[in-house]
Amino acid sequence: MSNESKKLAEQAQGLTARKVGDALLNNALIIIMLVVAAYVAITQPSFLSPTSLVNLLSLTAAYLPVALGIAGCIVLTGTDLSAGRAVGITACVAASLLQSTTAANKMWPNIGTLPIPLVILIVVAIGAAIGAFNGFFVAKFKLHPFIVTLATQLILYTVLLLYVQMGNNGGMAISALDDGYRNFVVGNPPLLTFGSVKIPNYVIYAVILTAVMWFIWNKTTFGKNMFALGANEEAARVSGVNVFATTIAVFALAGAMYGWAGFVESARIASNTANTGVNYELDAIAACVIGGVSFVGGIGKISGIVIGVLMLRLIFVALPLVGMDQNLQYALKGGIILFACALDMRKYLVKK
Amino acid sequence: MDRPALLEMRGISKSFPGVKALDSVNLTVRPGTVHALMGENGAGKSTLMKCLFGIYRRDEGTVTLDGREVEFKSSKEALENGVAMVHQELNQALTRTVKDNLWLGRYPKVGGFIVSERIMDKRTREIFEELEVTVDPNAIMSKLPVSQRQMVEIAKAVSYDAKVIVFDEPTSSLTETEVEHLFRIINMLRNKGCGIIYISHKMEEILRISDDVTIMRDGQWVATRPAKELTMDEIIRLMVGRELTNRFPPKTNQPGEVILDVQHIAGRYTRLKDATFQLRKGEILGIAGLDGSGRTEVLENLFGAMTRDGGTITLHGKEIQNRSPKEAIKNGFALLTEERRATGIFGIRDIKENTVISNLKGYLLGGVVLSDKKMREDTDWSIQAMHIKTPSQRTQIRSLSGGNQQKVIIGRWLLTKPEILLLDEPTRGIDVGAKYEIYQLIIDLANEGKGVIMVSSEMPELLGVCDRIIVMSGGQVAGEVDAAATSQEAILTLAAKYV
Repeated sequence: MSNESKKLAEQAQGLTARKVGDALLNNALIIIMLVVAAYVAITQPSFLSPTSLVNLLSLTAAYLPVALGIAGCIVLTGTDLSAGRAVGITACVAASLLQSTTAANKMWPNIGTLPIPLVILIVVAIGAAIGAFNGFFVAKFKLHPFIVTLATQLILYTVLLLYVQMGNNGGMAISALDDGYRNFVVGNPPLLTFGSVKIPNYVIYAVILTAVMWFIWNKTTFGKNMFALGANEEAARVSGVNVFATTIAVFALAGAMYGWAGFVESARIASNTANTGVNYELDAIAACVIGGVSFVGGIGKISGIVIGVLMLRLIFVALPLVGMDQNLQYALKGGIILFACALDMRKYLVKK
Repeated sequence: MDRPALLEMRGISKSFPGVKALDSVNLTVRPGTVHALMGENGAGKSTLMKCLFGIYRRDEGTVTLDGREVEFKSSKEALENGVAMVHQELNQALTRTVKDNLWLGRYPKVGGFIVSERIMDKRTREIFEELEVTVDPNAIMSKLPVSQRQMVEIAKAVSYDAKVIVFDEPTSSLTETEVEHLFRIINMLRNKGCGIIYISHKMEEILRISDDVTIMRDGQWVATRPAKELTMDEIIRLMVGRELTNRFPPKTNQPGEVILDVQHIAGRYTRLKDATFQLRKGEILGIAGLDGSGRTEVLENLFGAMTRDGGTITLHGKEIQNRSPKEAIKNGFALLTEERRATGIFGIRDIKENTVISNLKGYLLGGVVLSDKKMREDTDWSIQAMHIKTPSQRTQIRSLSGGNQQKVIIGRWLLTKPEILLLDEPTRGIDVGAKYEIYQLIIDLANEGKGVIMVSSEMPELLGVCDRIIVMSGGQVAGEVDAAATSQEAILTLAAKYV
């Protein structure tokens, strides 16, 4: 072999080794989590029991809508800190409108129990309005979404605190929900079972929602405009994309998802206070980042978000099974976020 | 000029704070012709086009398209009226596919909001076939080489069915075969009756492809002639204009012994492949070359702002590393960066802070507190020595003119007592009068025994100020010329050596 071809061969080898290394690093989080899951499954076979798996599935389905919404904001290189409070408000509104007529301290005694579709419409509209409000300030005044939603989140908390004081409720937890509502969300009788364990209906709803979001992201003008805007706002603008309307729409869609999440959450936990939904946005953002929705902008897949939410839940369901201290979970979550973001940025760094 | 004009721009003027960028410029494009727009950097070509597309609002003048007076407020409006542009800086959504980029802002729809991938795919293939472009419509933009991205951008402009298409330096990232391909496309458009505005620095291209040539200088219209009647020398004469002797101060510096010896430096991640040269005490060494030839990279590499891959730097017979800007400054280097606004000034901070920022250690009292008195004294020195026109030290630097901003930054570096000054486009975006002052400063510095390396895309400037000029081409040193004995043509020939 001549010197030159030797050198070329060495280069080629270095290249493939580097490629394999890159592939491993780029998927490091998922690999680590799968290893953790495998370890837990081996040491604690009960992890693979139908109850445990359905539990994991249910938790994933509960947290998924917020992540699907917030992901759009991240694709635009933004974020949304108001998601948790938006879930809180919509959960409390849904609960208060669907309290059982026999509830002792029924918040609004005069309205009876509203039809479920109407309540869904109301809370989704409230969520979308909150999102549109955020989007307006981002699009009109070019404020960073971090600042806008930080402010909105505080405003929403006050609104929420005042709301739970209203009617006959007097600041108590809103509970004693209508059976029809509980059954609609949680499923009684269940539509699906796994072994002898029933799968909550909201898992099915989450699957439908995921399909709808996938369609919006990949098949509509709005979806394509959103990605173009996130990838290069100037290119989108000079190509004739309505940047103002698209930005507002992305935030409004996110808000609508929080509204749905609030509707489900309210029935799922059955007892709602002003603290319902708090910090949900942080889990959602973490899930998006783990799932490869990049803060660089213009990058993200629905499948990635689903994997992200699932992975995050997996850690929290699996680790207590092997006797890990619950207090460690926050540090773990923080570590995962840092690790995921650093890995993500590594992909897009331009080396000088 | 037999047929009526397709596009006519008359008396276009535009001012920015402190600079008159356009002064009653005229441009008339006939249908079925290629109209070349030429001028040195800063002559106002891009500003004129930005006024056409509504990116800047013109102060005066009229634009007539097909006999109708128009005033576009955005590129979108221009596109809708049949005026498209292939930008020099690619403006693309890199994380998206080729066809997503091609149809951005006008996706073919079914049912009002659903994008039809099928129609999009079909139309993309039709256009690519017509233009003989061989790019995969489903490839992700960022994975394509720049030249292919450029072809996509060209296809996009054509796909709008525009009557007027502006090409802004379209060949800067294309290979020779691709340039031929582009010319075939342009000829096809010309035969269809489109009017093409073609902006380029490459004379051969201009003379080959254009019908008319308009030349601009310092924001003013100079001449419009049929390309047939022009020669390269004539174009250069019209572009450069005034006598060179009045543009530059007398050269009084005397190069002494070699102080810096650079052998085969290269960049690990950048396009700098191989640069070897020496610098003498009191010498002004120019670096010429086309955009993207690696000029800036030579300076940034020397200054430690880029990862170096091999090569040696020897200062006064001792090898040095310059692994980081910090280390370079310690070794007596200073770098005036190319993009003043982005990487030079701290816009909202005042003159004083902008002056002392690279030398803060020099003002420490007891190693902890900064001495305001010393900082004020040094700033006063800089304002006087550099002839900076400013109301006070407390003025925000962004409110000064470009020339004065540049003097503040040169003053900043002189406070670090550098031995070697690396100047990247020291007169970019500066008025002609102020340029003279900067040239004088550079020559004075050489006179004080400093070594100066200066990158510029304005060749007359290199010829007028430097002692020697090295010419970069394709990331390598293509040759070295004596500034007093060479010509722009000789430099251009060298610059094209490895393209």
